[in-house]
Amino acid sequence: MIDQTVAASERPSPALRRWLWLEILRNAVRLTRTRIGLAIVAFIILIALAGPFVAPYSPTEFVGPPNSGPSGEEVFGTDALGRDVLSRFLYGGRTVLVLSAAATVIGVAAGVAVGLLAAYGRNWLDEVLMRASDVLLAFPPIIFVLLLVAAVGPRLWLIVLTVAATHAPRTARVIRGAAVEVVERDFIRAAEAVGEKHWRILLGEILPNVTSPLLVELGLRMTYSIILVAGISFLGFGLQPPTADWGLMINENQLSITVQPWAVVLPTAAIGLLTVGTNLVTDGIARAAIGIDRRTE
Amino acid sequence: MWRRLLVRRLALGLLTLWLVSLVVFAATLALPGDAATAILGKQATPERVQALREQLHLNEPVTTQYVNWIGGILTGDLGTSAATQQPVAELISTQIWNTVFLVVVAALIAIPVSLGLGVLAAVRRDRTVDHVISTAALVLASLPEFVVSIILILLFATTVLQVLPAVSMLGPGQPAWEVPQSVILPAAALVLMVSPYIIRMMRGSMVEVLESEYVTMARLKGLSERAVIWRHAFPNAVAPAIQVTALQLAWMTGGVVVVEFVFRYPGIGQALVEAVSTRDLPVVQAVTLLAAAVYVGLNLLADIVTTLITPKLRTAEQ
Repeated sequence: MIDQTVAASERPSPALRRWLWLEILRNAVRLTRTRIGLAIVAFIILIALAGPFVAPYSPTEFVGPPNSGPSGEEVFGTDALGRDVLSRFLYGGRTVLVLSAAATVIGVAAGVAVGLLAAYGRNWLDEVLMRASDVLLAFPPIIFVLLLVAAVGPRLWLIVLTVAATHAPRTARVIRGAAVEVVERDFIRAAEAVGEKHWRILLGEILPNVTSPLLVELGLRMTYSIILVAGISFLGFGLQPPTADWGLMINENQLSITVQPWAVVLPTAAIGLLTVGTNLVTDGIARAAIGIDRRTE
Repeated sequence: MWRRLLVRRLALGLLTLWLVSLVVFAATLALPGDAATAILGKQATPERVQALREQLHLNEPVTTQYVNWIGGILTGDLGTSAATQQPVAELISTQIWNTVFLVVVAALIAIPVSLGLGVLAAVRRDRTVDHVISTAALVLASLPEFVVSIILILLFATTVLQVLPAVSMLGPGQPAWEVPQSVILPAAALVLMVSPYIIRMMRGSMVEVLESEYVTMARLKGLSERAVIWRHAFPNAVAPAIQVTALQLAWMTGGVVVVEFVFRYPGIGQALVEAVSTRDLPVVQAVTLLAAAVYVGLNLLADIVTTLITPKLRTAEQ
């Protein structure tokens, strides 16, 4: 499974560790669980991105009586308002994917910045940044998002930013933990001694050495982003009707689940598969990273 | 030594909660326009807006508003609902007890079941039982709470079996323990959400303990396998699982929001969702602060448990 043939003596120098992320990903892809995860994620992304082009109807078009079962023309029947379930399903995946990806990238980037600064800055900067994180960490994530939705209203940008804000302190803690050890190492002292700029030390020397936790964080936060974004949308605070959206579809059709389960089953299955897929990939990355870190120690 | 650490942690927790209260209060200021127009909408007459402004004390300086609000909360006055004009405390008292009931039922099932499954997986390590438990835990741990809830509804309340109510059938103000079947599916959903983490932790630490010398010694002494596992290995392996359990209970403070909404279970989470959709900020703020207090408290508990059970940490901080 994990390639263990490189001898421990061939420990990569700091410069070589710049390609560490590629090595971790390459090893991760060799694991069966990563492959299954990737296949699932690719399948769902394909549905979400290509879906609108193959949908038989418009997502907002009324095509038949409400809650009619599957028939020749409407493969999965119609929803609680008489719109085509399949078409709404094919249109409804884009937003959750885009919002989750955006929230993950912003949240992890902010978390990495804060974590590195705290580890490298030490003393008062560390203290201020970590106390600020504690305040954000004191909110259960979904409740933090709901508080701001109550104040500002259901806006998509707000969901991206608040979900990102719930990620940032968690990522910051992990990255700070990993970076604190790196800051102590000789090559950082050496870089400081030759007068390297602080931001270059942060990005060029410290960041490449926290690649493993960073990759795992990206996967983990993506899973949590999907859970949160889809959850918010299921509660009715994401995209507003009549737009097609997986979370909202479950909300709209939950009460007619007995007569027409498909309008709930399809989006539920898609979101469930997606999070299982991203989590399998994350698990694979984590295992590969542990393998490589053990080798280079 | 650790008593000083405990005091420090508690003080830090209180400081955090105070800062949290500032953030929760600041949410009011984030309203475009102000709370009164947000609640009444753009079509409201100026007189009504003015009356509501008076009632919400929006004409006073921000600092006075904060002091009044936090003072009220500390003395048990959670404010007045903007939507129904009722006192918030009165409005959410039944819901709070419904949620406490739900969470306690879920915890009482989840803790022994997941500790047991964790031990079972460790004892049957790398055999079929272990693989089934570990894979199920990995899959469940990645599913959103509403997906798990919907699957439960499909399995037990609608399509496959029809033995339980799909949504709670409680009347307004009726406590949940009067209709016990209304709590079964929501509690099951919470159990399925928190168990994977406890199982994994219990399995991991049990595997480690089972490989230790004193377990081998106990076996060599000829003790029964049951005595070895439950009397010798389990007490030494359970500590990390207790810490994770505290963290999972903390998770439930957020998890109940979606689970209660799926089952229309009249608890505090459902009350929060309703208040968010009517933009009833006094209710949202009270519930948020309450949830944060519980969340911080349980995280603190997990922290303290970790410190108490890790000798290295206990002595490290002088």
